[in-house]
Amino acid sequence: MINGQSEQLPEGLNATGLIAHLGLQAQRLALEVNREIVPRSRFDSHYFNPGDCVEIVRAIGGGGR
Amino acid sequence: MSTVMQTASPASTDPLIIDGLAYQSRLLVGTGKYRDLDQTRQAIEASGAQIITVAIRRTNIGQSSDEPNLLEVLPADRYTYLPNTAGCYSAAEAVRTCRLARELLDGHTLVKLEVLGDEKTLFPDIVQTLEAAATLIAEGFRVMVYTNDDPIIAKRLEDMGCVAVMPLAAPIGSGLGIRNPHNIQTIIENATVPILVDAGVGCASDAAIAMELGCDGVLMNTAIAGASNPLLMASAMKKAIEAGRESWLAGRIPKKRFASASSPVDGTFF
Repeated sequence: MINGQSEQLPEGLNATGLIAHLGLQAQRLALEVNREIVPRSRFDSHYFNPGDCVEIVRAIGGGGR
Repeated sequence: MSTVMQTASPASTDPLIIDGLAYQSRLLVGTGKYRDLDQTRQAIEASGAQIITVAIRRTNIGQSSDEPNLLEVLPADRYTYLPNTAGCYSAAEAVRTCRLARELLDGHTLVKLEVLGDEKTLFPDIVQTLEAAATLIAEGFRVMVYTNDDPIIAKRLEDMGCVAVMPLAAPIGSGLGIRNPHNIQTIIENATVPILVDAGVGCASDAAIAMELGCDGVLMNTAIAGASNPLLMASAMKKAIEAGRESWLAGRIPKKRFASASSPVDGTFF
């Protein structure tokens, strides 16, 4: 699951590959897998498992009152 | 005649200090509810704000990634971002949001904590807020906290280590203005950290009243973004905050029941 949607991914994908696969490489974002943050410094070494729950977030307008 | 003139004190000598950093503007603004990013940018420029709240939300998967990005339109070299936990109804959700914000913003630790109680009032859930504040402070976050106008809770949040305490003036987005000025005053009198009114301001005079009570600043979004002319309201709010601050510093006259003439009685010829 990625951001609440079921996604079929190519096998053997790391986090850097996933971000590229989704076309998000130019964006500032943060990645969470199964409720644990994966820091950008570990994107190359982080590989996904079947059934992983992935959240990719960004900053948008919002906030005060 | 006095040789020393008492001059107006420019903002540069009266900064707002939050977590050790000095800001010239005492108006903090949210970046939500605008028509588009261009209007967001223009309104925030007109407000003169230096601290802006941002929300942390899911990236749109499968959409064009070259759509403009808030962080590019409002760059970090001009603004201090204040990621906020808007929309969170539990301590766990708020803590998770702040951790993601810190990763997203390269280790940025200044956050706005709000944990809501229910959708009808958007009043804070104080039990969850206290729990989240404790966790966040322990993890090294610098917490500016949204709370109700209860002086006891405001003091407790300060004692825990929050870097600013931000009581509501009225429900979020209600535009009702300062509903309990006496409580806000008590909170200010008790505090050694900045007290900012967060939520409930509707128009410029509301913002000025908050500042005249002695608030260190005001955080708002809807009052500007929801105005018929957001840019004009942003400018009005900037002036109201400055006027209210100067009025507070100047020291108002006491209220009296009867008149007191401002022209001399001596020298009348009638």
